[in-house]
Amino acid sequence: MAESLIVVGAGPAGTRAAERLVQAGLRPVVIDENERQGGQIYRRQPENFNRPPEKLYGTEAARARALHADFEALRPHIDYRPGTTVWGVAEEGLLAVRGSTVTTLPFSAIIIASGATDRIMPLPGWTIPGVYSLGASQIALKAQACTIGGAPVFMGTGPLLYLVAWQYMRAGVKPAAVLDTSSLATRLRGLRGMMSRARVVANGVHYMADLARAGVPLHAGITPLRVEGREDGVTGVAWQDARGRLRRTACDAVGTGYGLRAETQLADLLKCMFAFDPRFTQWRPQVDPDGRTSQPDVYLAGDGVLLRGADAAEAAGRLAACALLQDRRIAVAPDEIVGLRKSLSTLDRFAGGLAKAFPWPAHLAAALPDDTVVCRCENVTAGDIRHAATALDSPEINRAKALMRPGMGRCQGRMCGLAAAEVLAAARGVPVDKVGRIRSAAPLKPLPLDCRIAP
Amino acid sequence: MPALFRRVDETGRRPVRLIVDGHEIDALEGDTLLTALLTNGHRLRRNEFDGKPRAGFCLMGACQDCWLWTETGEELRACSTEVRDDMRIVTQEVPWLNP
Ligand SMILES: Cc1cc2nc3c(=O)[nH]c(=O)nc-3n(C[C@H](O)[C@H](O)[C@H](O)COP(=O)(O)OP(=O)(O)OC[C@H]3O[C@@H](n4cnc5c(N)ncnc54)[C@H](O)[C@@H]3O)c2cc1C
Repeated sequence: MAESLIVVGAGPAGTRAAERLVQAGLRPVVIDENERQGGQIYRRQPENFNRPPEKLYGTEAARARALHADFEALRPHIDYRPGTTVWGVAEEGLLAVRGSTVTTLPFSAIIIASGATDRIMPLPGWTIPGVYSLGASQIALKAQACTIGGAPVFMGTGPLLYLVAWQYMRAGVKPAAVLDTSSLATRLRGLRGMMSRARVVANGVHYMADLARAGVPLHAGITPLRVEGREDGVTGVAWQDARGRLRRTACDAVGTGYGLRAETQLADLLKCMFAFDPRFTQWRPQVDPDGRTSQPDVYLAGDGVLLRGADAAEAAGRLAACALLQDRRIAVAPDEIVGLRKSLSTLDRFAGGLAKAFPWPAHLAAALPDDTVVCRCENVTAGDIRHAATALDSPEINRAKALMRPGMGRCQGRMCGLAAAEVLAAARGVPVDKVGRIRSAAPLKPLPLDCRIAP
Repeated sequence: MPALFRRVDETGRRPVRLIVDGHEIDALEGDTLLTALLTNGHRLRRNEFDGKPRAGFCLMGACQDCWLWTETGEELRACSTEVRDDMRIVTQEVPWLNP
């Protein structure tokens, strides 16, 4: 029987995985939910937009151009399914939907390169219109040439905070402030790992310097308190500075995020083994250095398994394809594998440094007021989760979910899951890995009511 | 209060006109429904649980906080649906379509 290979995701990891399979003479199916290839960092604007790659991708324009062009060259050699969401797994194969048409895609092996979303820490007022994830703030600009407001505050932590603020400034919208929960001392602790990629550190420093020069207040070691506003929008954010003083910044929008969260649901449905990764303080599927999971014929690559950034995603995509080929006794030059592993180890050190420099502020979850909405789908509050933890004695997040519904809504805990686990763990007085992780269930994303099964 | 989103570039595109809750709004070809509504106003929908306005959150198809409906009851995720001329959108679910 002919091989049926599927690559899920057409970002840097999925593109390079598909390319390597094609080079071996195979013809994979490539599925991506977006109408256009590119993934997150190299997300493309609609076809009738005119901005050049330099304007969209800055220092990464050349890589973006290459990734897009290489994918276009692959098109005749792959079965590309854009605008198609994988939402489940059945005996016969993957379940996918495009519009309201459901298809089943059988496979003999699969490479999942599903990327990541922002990691979110809820705060009082974050459901007011005008509060967006940092990634959303960037997507508005990159894919729609819009900004989320005229004077936004960017609050959270991580390198994306400064990149997005800088991109806004360049687009003519000066941020009201950049508020980072990581202190300068904490950042220094990550610097050693980060120096494995001095160029990237230099870029980051350059963004910060440009922002400071333009008069954008940059604050480190802050504690977010709340977003203030009315039904029709944001009016400001309240926060505490590093010395504990209460501060308020007027703004009309907020972009917030604390690094990334791997999108791992599909691996979960395919029954891959997971482990808690203390480095990134989240659960993720276990993989060998080349992307093999605990399940035969299931491979993972990119930010959907290890949050190592875009360049690593390209290398990991290619490496996962090499692993798949080797497992099928298709020859791969040992040099290729050694080279890819080597470049990944540098990128891995860098990612470890970043995670140290801009840590997930888990303690903020414990301090959320009881009436703060944690799950935005179903308006489950921090108090509800604490009630599940104590009065209802739920030791574990899925139990809490069954009782009080955090993570039960349409997004399946993509936005609230990690914070909800922190609230639960704090209320139980246990480390967060002891409360488990929200189990994934099909449909991974809501299906239209009028679904038809394709013939 | 001005609209939530601001256009900062790519404003020379072909105009598209759609109907939202019975009112005409102007958008540009290539806009998502989310962009179209938020460059004209400051909400997309109301949360089913507290009735308060929502305007999306992640813009990448993950948070599911931007679902809207067509007048005929079809559900659309505003951040990943492109506008078309004469689209007829409602920001509240039409109750009789969902017994
Ligand atoms: C919003 C956002 C903005 C970012 N911006 C930057 C930046 O400016 N600079 C930077 O260095 N890094 C950025 N990052 C990190 C960067 O995205 C990653 O390092 C890089 O894109 C990872 O590549 P990837 O191929 O692993 O995943 P991605 O590029 O995220 O690609 C994953 C693809 O899989 C698809 N997919 C996922 N699940 C499914 C499914 N169930 N069905 C069908 N398709 C699916 C998605 O549509 C997506 O196209 C950003 C991350 C996010 C979340």
